[in-house]
Amino acid sequence: MAFAPKAVITSRREAAPPPARDLEQEIALAARFVRQHVIASIYHAGSGHPGGSLSCADILATLFGAELNTWPGSPHDPMRDRFVLSKGHAAPALYAVGAHHGYCDKLASLKLRKFGSPFQGHPHIGDLPWVETSTGSLGQGFSVALGMAMGLKLQNSSARVYALLGDGELQEGEVWEGAMCAAHHKLDNFCAIIDYNKLQSDARNDEIMRLEPLAAKWRAFDWAVAEIDGHDVSALLKTFRRAGATHDRPSVIIAHTVKGKGVPYMENMPAWHGSVKLTREQADDALTALGATHKEIREYLDGV
Amino acid sequence: MASEAPALIGSSGDSLREAFGKALSGLADEFPKLVVLDADIAGGTGVHHFRKSHPERFLQFGIAEQNMMAAAGGLAAVGLLPVVTTFAVFCLRAVEQARLSLAYCKRNAMIVASHPGLDVGPDGGSAQALEDIAAFRAIPGMTVISPADPIETALATRAILEFDGPVYMRTGRSPARRVFGDDHTFEIGKGRIVRGGNDVTIVACGVEVARAVEAAQVLAEDGIHARVVNMATIKPIDAVLLERCAKETGAIVTAEDHNILGGLGGAVAESLALTYPCPIEFVGVKDVFGASGEPEELAVMFGLGSKSIAEAARRAIARKGRM
Repeated sequence: MAFAPKAVITSRREAAPPPARDLEQEIALAARFVRQHVIASIYHAGSGHPGGSLSCADILATLFGAELNTWPGSPHDPMRDRFVLSKGHAAPALYAVGAHHGYCDKLASLKLRKFGSPFQGHPHIGDLPWVETSTGSLGQGFSVALGMAMGLKLQNSSARVYALLGDGELQEGEVWEGAMCAAHHKLDNFCAIIDYNKLQSDARNDEIMRLEPLAAKWRAFDWAVAEIDGHDVSALLKTFRRAGATHDRPSVIIAHTVKGKGVPYMENMPAWHGSVKLTREQADDALTALGATHKEIREYLDGV
Repeated sequence: MASEAPALIGSSGDSLREAFGKALSGLADEFPKLVVLDADIAGGTGVHHFRKSHPERFLQFGIAEQNMMAAAGGLAAVGLLPVVTTFAVFCLRAVEQARLSLAYCKRNAMIVASHPGLDVGPDGGSAQALEDIAAFRAIPGMTVISPADPIETALATRAILEFDGPVYMRTGRSPARRVFGDDHTFEIGKGRIVRGGNDVTIVACGVEVARAVEAAQVLAEDGIHARVVNMATIKPIDAVLLERCAKETGAIVTAEDHNILGGLGGAVAESLALTYPCPIEFVGVKDVFGASGEPEELAVMFGLGSKSIAEAARRAIARKGRM
């Protein structure tokens, strides 16, 4: 299938050491920052999707903190891994993890959804070059990501491609077109992660359109399937490592998560999925629950 | 540039899709990043030639156009030059993928659609895309092309591979008449005067160019000198040439194998409304669906034939001075 000269690169993942304890702590701290930043940016925006941004914070923190070979200083390096936020409405979480790792400015990225701001309601490559593709229409990011994986394989690149999908997103037919396609083309450099928080815009997945048996569906499409707690950083690290060593099949990680994770009054409440406006008191409560100090809360909410 | 098409074109009915497929195959070595995407329809779109000549760069997506269209964005993102191929009607089911994952991201990804319009013929109304130009034209940054004959199709194939930004190009299913000589040249964004005349201008694209030339010949017998413009690029439209034709001939007829709403006629009217308003008559399918039949039978039935174009020209001329 390849038409470029074959590069001799051994799999770095198989050779890499097991995750260290301090790495997990670092990721946990990054995830906490992501959650705080999400609350603050949505508070300032007056709209945005907190539930699904909070549920994927640990996944994003693990990807950007340990798994992705990407460098903020060279967003166009052809050797980099690619990450696509297919659930584009979780943009606040992507901006937050980007800010934490130096892809964008922490303060500027609090100007979410504002006139003139590059931090649009859904990520756009035209505004932010480190965003790999524009998303916001469910299903498309997944297809774009598999196209990247296919193209990288054709060019004998060792770079890997990751796509984060929402659970409600799996109701889009395009996802299953892509699932069939990625398996058919044996895209083992491709890893999809499903933020399985069980809730979508209006209600529970089960009420809107049942997804179960979800793991069996992906297995039937011939993917390597892992099912884990999406808030367990250690499990995420191990599972990403295993996905990186999988041959001849794409990998999917079904990450069981809690929508609104970390903010007690939001957890498992569909009302916090959609675009919502946070009051000062709600934002304050959320940030307190997320471990922010009074000083930090003032900086987040008054410093912009 | 001079055409390389004569060597390629002519072995199987001179359809635009065959001209495209052969040209693409011939250009593959010159464009090493070129990859061709197919949704199980290579025999129909002409890219079976490419599949045979360059199988390692022929990517099969199965009957799943939404995934194929968006995946082209990913292929372009990692430095390849994807050409998405399917029927025009199936491009319509992936318009939103073309919008978000190609145009909004400014990808160098090309969509080449065979089987547009009534030219599809026997497959009938379900297969005859009469809305594709309108849909793709409305996407910001999307260039829209509809070449007139096999020679021009081969030239346009090279032009889109060299182009910066996403393109939607129509080919055609049925045997197409030759309009141009072997010395024809093609440039994206430029209309061309195919036949001179100062009484009225017929602006046409695709299969309608040959019919427009035929109509001009009929009109000439009555002493009416119709200018014919091949407007192969519908977006961006050649506003300068349109304005000049409106000033010099005072009346315009548009002709396209597409719904009269939103296609070439719409583009011409939008342009002239701002530069030099004059009487315009629209030849196209009048906001109805197609039907089974041979393309020439359908052209007569739906008012796309040379006779209909000539009648429209007489109407446009009669309206001069009444605006």
